[in-house]
Amino acid sequence: MEVFWFVIIAIVLVVFFILDGYDFGAGIIHLFLAKKEKDKEVIAKSAGLFWDSNEVWLVAAGGMLFMAFPTFYASVFSGFYLPLIIVLWLIVFRAIGLEFRSQFNYKMWKDIWDKSFGISSLLLALFFGIALGNIVRGVNLGGVENGVSVYEKHYFFLPLWDSSFSPMSQTPGVIDWFTIIIGLITVVTLAIHGANWIVLKTNSSINKELKNVVLKLNIVLSVLTLFSLIVWNIVNPKCLHNFMDKPYLLIFPLIYFSGLISLFFVKKIKKDSHAFLASTLLILGGITSSLASIFPILLPSTNTINEPLTIYNMATEEYGLSVAMNWGIIGFILLFVYLIIQKRLMGGKVDTMDYGH
Amino acid sequence: MEDMLFYDRLQFAFTITFHYIFPQLTMGLSLMIVYFKWKYLRGNVEKYNDAAKFFMKIFAINFTMGVVTGIPMEFQFGTNWAKFSELTGGIIGQTLAMEGMFSFFLESSFLALFIFGEKLMGQKLHFLTGFLVFLGSWASGWFILATNAWMQHPVGHEVLENGKFVLENFSALFTNPWLLPAFLHNQVASVATSSFVVASIGAFYILRNKNVAYGKLFLKTGVVFGLVSSLLLAFPTGDLNAKNVAKYQPAAFAAMEGIFETEEAGAEIVLIGQPNMVEKKLDNKIAVPNILSFLTHQEWDRQIPGMDQFEKDELPDNVPALYYAYHIMVGLGTIFIGIMALAVFFLWREKLYTLKPLLWTIMFLVPFPYIANLTGWYVAELGRQPYLVYGLLRTSDGISPTVSSGNTLFTLLGFVALYMLLGLLFLVLVGKTIHEGPTPQKH
Repeated sequence: MEVFWFVIIAIVLVVFFILDGYDFGAGIIHLFLAKKEKDKEVIAKSAGLFWDSNEVWLVAAGGMLFMAFPTFYASVFSGFYLPLIIVLWLIVFRAIGLEFRSQFNYKMWKDIWDKSFGISSLLLALFFGIALGNIVRGVNLGGVENGVSVYEKHYFFLPLWDSSFSPMSQTPGVIDWFTIIIGLITVVTLAIHGANWIVLKTNSSINKELKNVVLKLNIVLSVLTLFSLIVWNIVNPKCLHNFMDKPYLLIFPLIYFSGLISLFFVKKIKKDSHAFLASTLLILGGITSSLASIFPILLPSTNTINEPLTIYNMATEEYGLSVAMNWGIIGFILLFVYLIIQKRLMGGKVDTMDYGH
Repeated sequence: MEDMLFYDRLQFAFTITFHYIFPQLTMGLSLMIVYFKWKYLRGNVEKYNDAAKFFMKIFAINFTMGVVTGIPMEFQFGTNWAKFSELTGGIIGQTLAMEGMFSFFLESSFLALFIFGEKLMGQKLHFLTGFLVFLGSWASGWFILATNAWMQHPVGHEVLENGKFVLENFSALFTNPWLLPAFLHNQVASVATSSFVVASIGAFYILRNKNVAYGKLFLKTGVVFGLVSSLLLAFPTGDLNAKNVAKYQPAAFAAMEGIFETEEAGAEIVLIGQPNMVEKKLDNKIAVPNILSFLTHQEWDRQIPGMDQFEKDELPDNVPALYYAYHIMVGLGTIFIGIMALAVFFLWREKLYTLKPLLWTIMFLVPFPYIANLTGWYVAELGRQPYLVYGLLRTSDGISPTVSSGNTLFTLLGFVALYMLLGLLFLVLVGKTIHEGPTPQKH
């Protein structure tokens, strides 16, 4: 039952990053590459029509985590207190940027909200990547100092950074050079995903240029990926054990690399939706590989005194999990029905759709 | 430790108060938009469709605010109330996860379609998407109230040795006797807020002599919805809630009614007075004998326990705030019934649209349903103190053990600054929408 809920929550998280990922990416592209007002408008529109229903997947993941693994939810949310609250603030700035840019029709107003949308999209992508980096790196559970736990064994509190800035520190912070690398990978991945989305959903004048951008970013991503694999091994030497013990898990990295490789042919791919599919594989493979590398651990411990948090020692009681499965399945089917209805009714390019309140 | 508790409570109080300005309008207004849209479908009179679309614009701005201030609420259970989340997640995680699954998705998937899809879908489907948005927003209220009802009157659980609450009976969460009255009271209150907003915009257009045809429609609809909801607020929904408090939280009941000493032969109802916590009495009291006993138990001389019957650590920790919140809510509710009854009377006599004093009153009435809604929630939340889960888990035992008060103060200041900006933007944008007015359909 724990595994069932772990898989469900992982799926919801992956869908969140695929869906909201494209509008984060659109924000990053918007920030750096959109110059003409017409392009700015359609790119904002391609994100603005969907961000709200995409972000609900994050809220749903949070809710289910709370229900199925309450101790983990409590430990992680209080432990990553500052970065999480900063993420909340960024989500606010991004949302109002998208919703309010077309409320007044003059340049200065639009510029303000465009920047608000673009910069917060960029920083959010970075922070989400850093979060993933923290999850695979682990934290100082129990707040161990000089061999003694300061808190209960499953609680911790992470500063934003530690003076050594190193993932191998006794008391690593949220931001260190390893998590920054994962953060950058996320930014580049989502920028690629967003560029593909813009090409797919709009007739912006930079569509041609964007294919070149995707190609260049993909080269950067390949280099970063290889580099991260090397340092990952240093940071967490056990990171490959799961894959060696259970070779079927290798399907996840395989998905990632198939996405990575196909994107090198982005200019030859005829259908824009296929390019978008390739970056979808990238996100799907990336997240699932990270989770698979530590499974059944949810959060590793960087000290040897306290056990890592796993799906087994964090889950709620059997009855709660099974009763939730009944409504969860119904709910899950509904989610995908909504998603299909929405994508069908709002299929095609967004340029001609009504937008602006 | 004391510090940590104080800042955690302050931050939650601030962010939830600001947040709840928006959902109360979302829930009520979605019902009124569905009503306008339905009138249009039935009678094909264009102005009803214009009205639906006009309020949709206000709805959209309001909805965005609700979403962006709502996400922090879900996060804060974990960030600031980790111990509470750890111990009760097995129970309230259910209702909160269901809210995400069954209401947020419904609301947000169909809102974009409702706002942008009228031409795409045709009128009947457009009405349907509007109805689904309404359904989603009310379902959200239902699950939040189910969560809160469990905290007010915990049922269907078992407490383990390690202090964890685990679910024993899922359906008990939804048959909780606290839930239905609280849900109905809350929903009717949100209809009151939205109908007062609609009526106020109507009064403004009539007084300004601009968009007068729409103004009359808004005013008429607003005061009729306003009277019905104000009446329902007092009876039966308010009455049922008060009886629940008296039954399940007698200490909170004594505090909110301002009863310091138990009276043998029936309790009086306090209209005015200031709690004096040093001398344990009400200063400048005006009260009517025996009414409270009658209202609560339908017996004139039934004894109602006063605060003297409870240990200090069982009483709410801020009696004056609870007492004032309750009396402000009830006082405003009574005034609402009076004003709306008057307005409906003059509407019936066909004098309302020219009766300037009443129009001005209705126009300036707008902040008060918001105040009544928020003070109503303060009654519920302050009354539950000193517990998070009534009688079982103290508020001081629920905070995050690792988050220092300095960190919470930092984020609280950030929220204050950010929400000031949001509030300002909200007023500017809604003001602009009202200033531009409804756009008549072109043929």
